[in-house]
Amino acid sequence: MAYLDLSGLQKSFGANQVVKSFDLGVAKGEFVSLLGPSGCGKTTVLRMVAGFETPTAGAIRIDGQDVTGQRPNQRNIGMVFQAYALFPNLTVAQNVGFGLKIAGVSAKETADRVAEMLALIGLPEMGARYPFQLSGGQQQRVALARALAPRPRVLLLDEPLSALDAKIRVSLRSEIRDIQRKLGITTIFVTHDQEEALSMSDRVVVMNGGRADQVGAPFEIYNHPATRFVAQFVGTLNTLDAVVTNAARGEVTVQGQPLQLGQAIAAGQGATVGLALRPEVVHLEADTALISRGDFALAARIASVDFLGAVIRVKAQTAAGVIALDLFNRPDAPPPPVGAEMALRFRGQDVIVLG
Amino acid sequence: MKRILSWATIGFAVVYFFLPLVGMLEFSLKMRRGEYSLDAYRSVMGDPQFQATFGYSVLMACLTIVFGVLVVVPTVFWVRLKLPRLRPFMEFITLLPLVIPPIVIVFGYIRLFNTSSWLPLTGSALGTDFLLMCGYAVLALPYMYRAVDTGLAAIDLATLTEAAQSLGAGWITVLARVILPNVLVAVLSGAFLTFAIVIGEYVFAALLDRPAFGPYLVWAGGNKAYEPAALAVMTFALTWACMMLIQLATKFSKHTRMPR
Amino acid sequence: MRSSRLWRALPWNGLGAVPFLLFALLFLLLPTANIVAGAFVDSDGGFTLKNIFNLFTPEIMNAFWLSIRLSFTSALIGCILGFAIALAVVLGGLPGWIRGIVMTFSGVTSNFAGVPLAFAYVATLGRVGFVTLLLRDWFGVNIYALGFNMISFWGLVAAYVFFQIPLMVLIITPAIDGLKREWREAAEVLGATGGQYWRMVALPVLGPSLLGTLALLFANAFGAVATAIALTGSLLSIAPILLFNQIRGDVLQDPHLGYALAFAMIVITGISNGVYVVMRTRAERWIK
Repeated sequence: MAYLDLSGLQKSFGANQVVKSFDLGVAKGEFVSLLGPSGCGKTTVLRMVAGFETPTAGAIRIDGQDVTGQRPNQRNIGMVFQAYALFPNLTVAQNVGFGLKIAGVSAKETADRVAEMLALIGLPEMGARYPFQLSGGQQQRVALARALAPRPRVLLLDEPLSALDAKIRVSLRSEIRDIQRKLGITTIFVTHDQEEALSMSDRVVVMNGGRADQVGAPFEIYNHPATRFVAQFVGTLNTLDAVVTNAARGEVTVQGQPLQLGQAIAAGQGATVGLALRPEVVHLEADTALISRGDFALAARIASVDFLGAVIRVKAQTAAGVIALDLFNRPDAPPPPVGAEMALRFRGQDVIVLG
Repeated sequence: MKRILSWATIGFAVVYFFLPLVGMLEFSLKMRRGEYSLDAYRSVMGDPQFQATFGYSVLMACLTIVFGVLVVVPTVFWVRLKLPRLRPFMEFITLLPLVIPPIVIVFGYIRLFNTSSWLPLTGSALGTDFLLMCGYAVLALPYMYRAVDTGLAAIDLATLTEAAQSLGAGWITVLARVILPNVLVAVLSGAFLTFAIVIGEYVFAALLDRPAFGPYLVWAGGNKAYEPAALAVMTFALTWACMMLIQLATKFSKHTRMPR
Repeated sequence: MRSSRLWRALPWNGLGAVPFLLFALLFLLLPTANIVAGAFVDSDGGFTLKNIFNLFTPEIMNAFWLSIRLSFTSALIGCILGFAIALAVVLGGLPGWIRGIVMTFSGVTSNFAGVPLAFAYVATLGRVGFVTLLLRDWFGVNIYALGFNMISFWGLVAAYVFFQIPLMVLIITPAIDGLKREWREAAEVLGATGGQYWRMVALPVLGPSLLGTLALLFANAFGAVATAIALTGSLLSIAPILLFNQIRGDVLQDPHLGYALAFAMIVITGISNGVYVVMRTRAERWIK
């Protein structure tokens, strides 16, 4: 059995069923993200693990022990909140030592552990400060140290980065991940930001309407989305309509041009299916003669060019709709001008067939 | 458990606060022996002393409100717009009437404006009335100032003023047509609170020896049996009405304010 | 050229505040200053501390001591009960409409002080008051036979508490609102019980607000005259009534002693308001 095991979790508030049968096993030391739009139930799952909400049905086990009926203060869990929930009347050191003091750890031992934690989060000199004297990023790191100090069995992170500035958010991501790896602590991370979920996690759970749509490694989720919702929620997506010509062999036509998908399609002959394309698998070719030569390619006119730095996002108008694609910036190759007539190419195996 | 304790607390509060209110209401109806009647109210209403003093206090309250608005609104406006460094000082000044007991302030008036002083306001009835009005304006200052200051904080004063001026408005127009409508709710709140404070005020009126409602109340308390309770009921109703009007004004403003 | 620059450099903007400052000077600052100065001047106009020393008579000291005890007791009781009511309303899990009613009612009753409050009190607990008769006729308890006296210390405290509680509710409710739910939850996951959370986090956070409001309630009661006069007919010897009688009839035979009396009152209310301001600043520093 997994170290943290959630089985058949349900939660209703009145007539509103927020979580509908949620199962998840988290291995010891694993970092799992719950990703989804607001209202998908991810925070409710986290709050049930913490003990703030009682499940309507289902069980929560930590290390084989059923904790479903336990109060939050009996579970030995660490939690970091979205709004820096540091105690304003206590210094940084007192905040970090709070859980140890409650547990009756000696003052000497507490001081050592607090110093260790402050060193871990890179704020060794800040122990005597009060929370209001710290920046948002510093406060959130102290909140992490406070959660970790009593050596919890599980660490819960409830959108800990969403109140921070963009730059700090990105740097804190890797910092949190490093600390988590160093301590090997089992972690659940709730976020609505797919970039955070993909970049930090061992596994991602994409949630939709109170259920887990897909559970998998970030690479898996991004490249092989199990449902249309996952495909659309994670990453940017272009969709094209295609007509199935041979379902078993994975042959379709797009705008009359034949394309080999190299994967079987669960649809009948002549049916229309949706093809999804990540912007980075679409290539731009200046040579429009490609189209007439019989290779797969779509005629397109450049509609807009957004220079983002390392990446250039191009939007191209085709007969099948607008397709966004990403080019890497190259100093010797300026982006195409708006209005240029070009060809779009992509490989059949890079296409995601939407159910 | 927590909810039971909360209900118990509220229950205690209801008893503690309603007993005196019910008590005074019941007492005010008992003037006729053996049955409830409105005799006490009739007796109060028919008392020419009541009519005179109540009328006087209502007039004083209205004058105080007008005077207070004229002194406070332009000043708050000006300080916010042009003299922001003066704000802490203004906060301090407007807090003083809460610090200095009213009886001390009126003591100061009597010494400073007596008949032999450089400004013998207490020498004439009209001068004393003016002094009383100023005293009431001082008493109401903390509430009036704070209400208007909070009201002005909610609007972008500098932009509104510049916009009006760029359209050719003068200072008076800016104040009357642009600023006042925007802080009207705050001004109204301050006004009703002022009214509630002034109407039953005792110390200023008694020590300046003016025929106001407060001293009449004390006189009635010493000389009549059932009328004081009726007067208390009426004052309470008046205070309640003022608070309700404040709430009404606030609610009204929520409808007119732009959604964010 | 130069003169026009000088003209513009003059603080003309300051003129906008002149009417108000003149008003404050004439009707607030100068009268108070006049009293304070009078407290340190003898009848010939020379500086003296004699007036202040003259305050230390048993009569005056007793009046001040009674005033202080009365104000502090009513403030403390008002603080505790008002805090309990605010807690019940904000955190007690009561239906939402209760809060609106409590706040409005507090607004009304905190302004319903002075003479009418005294009348309501008499109509309730006077010799033929509502509650007095209720207790006598229904429960056979005659509170006057038991030694109850409306104008005793505790009688006055009960009356003062009537306007102290609502004031406390009005001031402390926003502070309780400022307690974040996350603090409680963070304390809970760290192993704290509800009691530990209140002792280690919530009460320390509210502490400055509680102490500050206590100081404010104290000053509020200390300066109150009308309720006491209407109840006791200026017989009770508390500091503001002493001053009231002094202003009315110069009962102390020494005008400068009256100034000293007023000065002492300013000092006491000034200190307690100072405590309030300092505490409020501390409370605001934490809760942003």
